[in-house]
Amino acid sequence: MTELLFPPGLVLVLGALLMPLGLKIRNALIFSLPVICLALIWSAPAGYIVTLPFIGFELEPIKITTTGKLFATIFSLMALVGGIYAYKTANTLELTAAFVYAGSAIGVTLSGDLITLFIFWEIMAIGSTLVIWAARHEAAYRASVRYLMVHLFGGLLLMAGIAGHIVETGSIRFEALSLQSVSQYLILAGFLINAGAPPLSAWIADAYPEASPSGSVFLSAFTTKTAVFTLLVAFPGTWLLIPIGIYMIFYGIIYALLENDMRRILAYSIVNQVGFMITGIGLGTEMALNGAAAHAFAHIIYKALLLMSAGAVLYRTGKRRCTELGGLFQTMPWTALLGIIGALAISSFPFTSGFVTKSMIAQSAADQHLVIIWFALAAASAGVFLHAGIKFPWFVFFQKDSGMRPPEAPRNMLLAMTVFAVFCIGLGIYPEPLYAILPFAVSYEPYTAAHLVAQFQLLLFAGLAFFVMLPMMKRTLTISLDFDWFYRKFLSATTRPGISLMQVLNRLVNLVIKKSWQTFQATFNASRFSRYHLASSWPTGSMVLWIGVILGGYLIADIYL
Amino acid sequence: MSEAMNEKNKHWLLRKENIRKLWIGFIAILIVIVVAGLFVHQHESFGIEDSFGFFAWYGFITCVAMVVFAKLLGFFLKRPENYYDDSEIGSNKHEADHD
Repeated sequence: MTELLFPPGLVLVLGALLMPLGLKIRNALIFSLPVICLALIWSAPAGYIVTLPFIGFELEPIKITTTGKLFATIFSLMALVGGIYAYKTANTLELTAAFVYAGSAIGVTLSGDLITLFIFWEIMAIGSTLVIWAARHEAAYRASVRYLMVHLFGGLLLMAGIAGHIVETGSIRFEALSLQSVSQYLILAGFLINAGAPPLSAWIADAYPEASPSGSVFLSAFTTKTAVFTLLVAFPGTWLLIPIGIYMIFYGIIYALLENDMRRILAYSIVNQVGFMITGIGLGTEMALNGAAAHAFAHIIYKALLLMSAGAVLYRTGKRRCTELGGLFQTMPWTALLGIIGALAISSFPFTSGFVTKSMIAQSAADQHLVIIWFALAAASAGVFLHAGIKFPWFVFFQKDSGMRPPEAPRNMLLAMTVFAVFCIGLGIYPEPLYAILPFAVSYEPYTAAHLVAQFQLLLFAGLAFFVMLPMMKRTLTISLDFDWFYRKFLSATTRPGISLMQVLNRLVNLVIKKSWQTFQATFNASRFSRYHLASSWPTGSMVLWIGVILGGYLIADIYL
Repeated sequence: MSEAMNEKNKHWLLRKENIRKLWIGFIAILIVIVVAGLFVHQHESFGIEDSFGFFAWYGFITCVAMVVFAKLLGFFLKRPENYYDDSEIGSNKHEADHD
């Protein structure tokens, strides 16, 4: 098949809308849509572009690039394996929303212009919000509204940036952009909000853990990684991304260390992992960009695996807090083992996927002689093992005996986890197929004796630190304040500053409306139109009536003449 | 359940003597991996990374520092789990009034 006419992302988006038709249709769609999507992506010839004229612009709704193909592939795979994990327990709303969400994320990765990108970007926001909503409880609904607010704000910045960029440059092409004016900074900010960059990082740990067990698996994959993709294409080598990335890395570690909710620990570690990718994009060399892309690919797999393992525990026990969990390895050995494989992969343990991808980023920092960044990344690698690699499995599956003896996870969940665990180890031992589909040619050998020794020392002594410091890591029934405090507490409609802010805004809007109305009236009265009969009074009703008469006239004229 | 607390009824991984063995094994591995560092040459070209057991002590010390830093930050940032609940239920009423 050489003629590709249908956007692969839309296969998932439109196919998903048929899911409510029946359970059998739904399940057939879950397993067939991602496969069709993958086939479409891989059957397209390299550099394939579809163009579509639209209000004077040349849209490129499909543009197959190496980077886009990489992300679209892992997104399709994620939809498939996530579907296997979810199809028995998740409700139809969640699955429909998840596939719309996945499809629009694929749409972003294959769009060649900023307008197409923006449309898919916003569908993603709606799809993901509905995934959270589908958990159908009060906390999830509230979290989803806060989540949507953050993303609509991000979308607003992005749209303003794109509009400005088009006006300034006349180009709608989605390609490397230089930070010349406010517009490009707005686009950058719009992308960064979806990546979970500071100051608005809290939405990830706020919203994702409120979704259903399978919902948070889907959520972990798409939004932040499409942001990584867009940054990779539009802003490679932007030095500003390096401090942002480093901040995210340590933010994720510190907040995860303070956290008690197992899925929130994993949500914070998403910020941490995306931080590595953003640092890589900021470094901007071919190896660093390869590292960022490869790390995104590997990350989607092991993070989904970790959240699947946590989801299975939540599904079987109904508990989320580390303080209530523990000792589950006795009756859920497979969930524990597969979760540990994910934990080792996220920690870049040798012979797992994280080892062969993350080290490319650190290596490019060393190659550029960025000493401080290299040291920070080394410390962060140890920190990942600390906050996710050991903390998650230890507190959930070992620790104390919680007395709970839940049955092993359902078979379909175990199957999904096994598939991803095989990927984690497979890519670690044999990374060549992944290296082959990276944006640039790879000349990197992860398995040198020196690298292995360094990584083992770093991780095993991080492990030692964990067990030595265990008394200080005792979990408490607490949450940690974050930037969202400003919009959830300080400016809440129940607090004094919140009320004053609303009053000020209210007055401001009133003033603007009043002023512009007065100006309009004055202008209108001064013009010659004010002398005509219809303008002698202001009632809006008569205006609407006359417009109705005119439009009705058009309609009749159109039908009968 | 009191019988379950008996050492013999515990899962083998939870028995005291085995936990001791695990620690001994872990420490042995740590020693081996530090010694193995003597036979390889680290080449990140900053100098310090090739010193004896660099990654071991660097990993350990940075992790301890991160735990301590998190603990200290926790004094300022930790709040009870229901911290946001009150204001949100309140704000919900507020919204309901408007409807």
